[in-house]
Amino acid sequence: MASDQSALALRGLTKRFDRPAVDALDLTVRSGEFYALLGPNGAGKTTTLCMVAGLLQPDAGSISIAGIDALRDPVAAKQITAWVSDEPMIYDKLTPVEYLEFVAGLWGIDPAAAERSARELLVSLGLEANMNERCEGFSKGMRQKVALAGALVHDPRLIILDEPLTGLDALSARHVKGLLGERVRGGCTVIMTTHILEVAERMADRIGVISAGRLVAEGTLAELRQQNGRTDTSLEDMFIALVDHEAAAA
Amino acid sequence: MTTALANVKTVPLSWFASHEIRLAWREWLAMMTGGRQRRRRAAIIGLLVFGALLHIPAYAVIGRYATLRSPLDKSAMIVITASTFLAWALMLSQAVESVTRVFYSRADLDLIMSSPVALDHVFSIRLAAIALTVTAMAMLLATPFIDVLMLGGGLRWLAVYGVVIAIGLSAAAVAIAVTILLFRTIGPRRTRFVAQILAAVIGAGFVIALQIAAILSYGTLSRFAVLTSDAAAAYAPGPDSVVWWPVRAAFGDGEALLLLLASAFLLLGAVMVSFSASFADTAARASASGASARRGSRARSFRTGSRQQALRRKELTLLRRDPWLLSQSLMQLLYLAPPAVLLWRSFSDSSLAIVLITPVIVMAAGQLAGGLGWLTISGEDAPDLVKTAPLPPSRLIRAKIEVVLLVIAVLFAPLVIALMFASPRQAAVTAIGVMIAAVSATAIQLWFRVQARRSQFRRRQTSSRLATFAEAFSSIGWAATSALALSLPVAALVTGLMTTSLLAATWKFSPRRD
Repeated sequence: MASDQSALALRGLTKRFDRPAVDALDLTVRSGEFYALLGPNGAGKTTTLCMVAGLLQPDAGSISIAGIDALRDPVAAKQITAWVSDEPMIYDKLTPVEYLEFVAGLWGIDPAAAERSARELLVSLGLEANMNERCEGFSKGMRQKVALAGALVHDPRLIILDEPLTGLDALSARHVKGLLGERVRGGCTVIMTTHILEVAERMADRIGVISAGRLVAEGTLAELRQQNGRTDTSLEDMFIALVDHEAAAA
Repeated sequence: MTTALANVKTVPLSWFASHEIRLAWREWLAMMTGGRQRRRRAAIIGLLVFGALLHIPAYAVIGRYATLRSPLDKSAMIVITASTFLAWALMLSQAVESVTRVFYSRADLDLIMSSPVALDHVFSIRLAAIALTVTAMAMLLATPFIDVLMLGGGLRWLAVYGVVIAIGLSAAAVAIAVTILLFRTIGPRRTRFVAQILAAVIGAGFVIALQIAAILSYGTLSRFAVLTSDAAAAYAPGPDSVVWWPVRAAFGDGEALLLLLASAFLLLGAVMVSFSASFADTAARASASGASARRGSRARSFRTGSRQQALRRKELTLLRRDPWLLSQSLMQLLYLAPPAVLLWRSFSDSSLAIVLITPVIVMAAGQLAGGLGWLTISGEDAPDLVKTAPLPPSRLIRAKIEVVLLVIAVLFAPLVIALMFASPRQAAVTAIGVMIAAVSATAIQLWFRVQARRSQFRRRQTSSRLATFAEAFSSIGWAATSALALSLPVAALVTGLMTTSLLAATWKFSPRRD
């Protein structure tokens, strides 16, 4: 499953707005790993992922993506990275196929290969019937699926997902989870934030819990249980206990 | 449960009316302030100052007519009637825009339609609120002109307010009827598109048609040439015609004013009675239209090309499918129609009026480039995608700028080429003017770029007043410079330097000086 080579390494990553949003964060995600980043609202999860994706400039620290210094050579890092936010941002006046053609063009992917991949993705996400319709009439779930297809069409090595299941119905969520699982099995690395703890419990190889911009717990589900001193507890109970503990300490 | 239901009271229509007026006020305020609370006071002070300053051009335009009394000669009656019709057309344009906005943008339709109120009554209020908003706006804009007339000619000019109310109400009534009929005939999606174009061209169309008629008949760009001609007087109806009611009412004829107001209220009432019942259905269809599918272009293979080519292709596709751009391009083409006709006429005679074409073209290019610049540079619907794409930000911006300049070149090249046949020197000056005006407007958009959705285009002017004024003055400056370069080159140097200084000052105060 997961190898030891790191797909993502954050060292001393810091970002301040009015207060520290991410506070000297150290985090390592191994290659081929499905990593779930959990935390309460305002914990710094999205800010962390935005910095990794190149959307925000950190105040301090380093970001290494598959050995590439993402702050020194952002273009090379972006070439192997994909980002999907909880609010799908796509072009209303383009069709899913046109959107994926644009994404493939931006990432400089061979058109024939990209077209094949785009059609396969749209079919597997249940958008076959809508692939030549403009996105302006799409529901949020459909838009999220188009955005996800856009993230996968250039075959990234690191997929960064911020709450990707928000707004998806049960069937769509299953499609997305299936697709992500498939990618991880194919050697891709996924780092994802989610508030749906059951998803993290079922899908993640390792789980990191972040609070006030710092990593407060990390490990497999079994390791987290061990750290918590109870083997029969659910991730939800552990998460609440950790967050409460951090809040009390603060 | 029973107690709770027993306490439910019927919502009075006046309560809903006050809700509608509050919504309209807040929408207007948000448009003026760009949605920023802190700007509210500044916006109100700015509007008051603007209103006070508007008295100056009002005096220049209308001051000398304050002592005018009836009976008027036919030419004067025709000119005033035509001006009133133009004001009506502009109000109609504004009202069409308001009605479509109510259909498509109000997020409360589900709430209203699921509430236990009589929908036809509620929608009657909504239609009346549209009429009231359009009329109130017209009265506000008319106030400086009426003030000037009253200062010079006395209180009798208060009757003009009655005329403004009448034409405002009738414009709103026609706009509501036209929009709902469009819904029924061509469907919600096409209505939105057609209404945007209609709103953009209605007001301008009338002036431009008059200009073209003037050029064809008298070889001049002045629209008054047609209105004051003997032919117009000969075709004009008799003194008792309904056509003259607005003029007679404005000049204090009480009977005409009452008839005019009664007709306007009657028209609005008839529209409200006829359409308020079906308004709910129309509104529901409009909100559902977002969910209906629209086919894109035919399925074809992915195209090869560089990353910049992919960006340019995307921008061009989005521009091609942008209803605003289409309506604005049509507007620009309409504005360019009179100079084009003048150009065509001047092939047969050596009219000096042909020089007027250059500033019109340069001005149009600057204005269009400003809008295009905002749409491509600031109006990015997927900012995360382009920011996470593996190419430097400078290349992204460059591709977007190339698209703006390419579109301007394609739109204006035919006019410059046509001009070459009439005067190669003027064609060269026009081409340079178009290029500089477009580059300047694009640069201003670049310096003041924000992250926004393309659909926020209507509010672009409120995001930075400085950018808006700089863009307008830059286009005017380069238009004047181009005109002077043809007639008085030394003066062109002065205006060129002034416009360059304006751009430099704009850059200095811009948030992004990179």
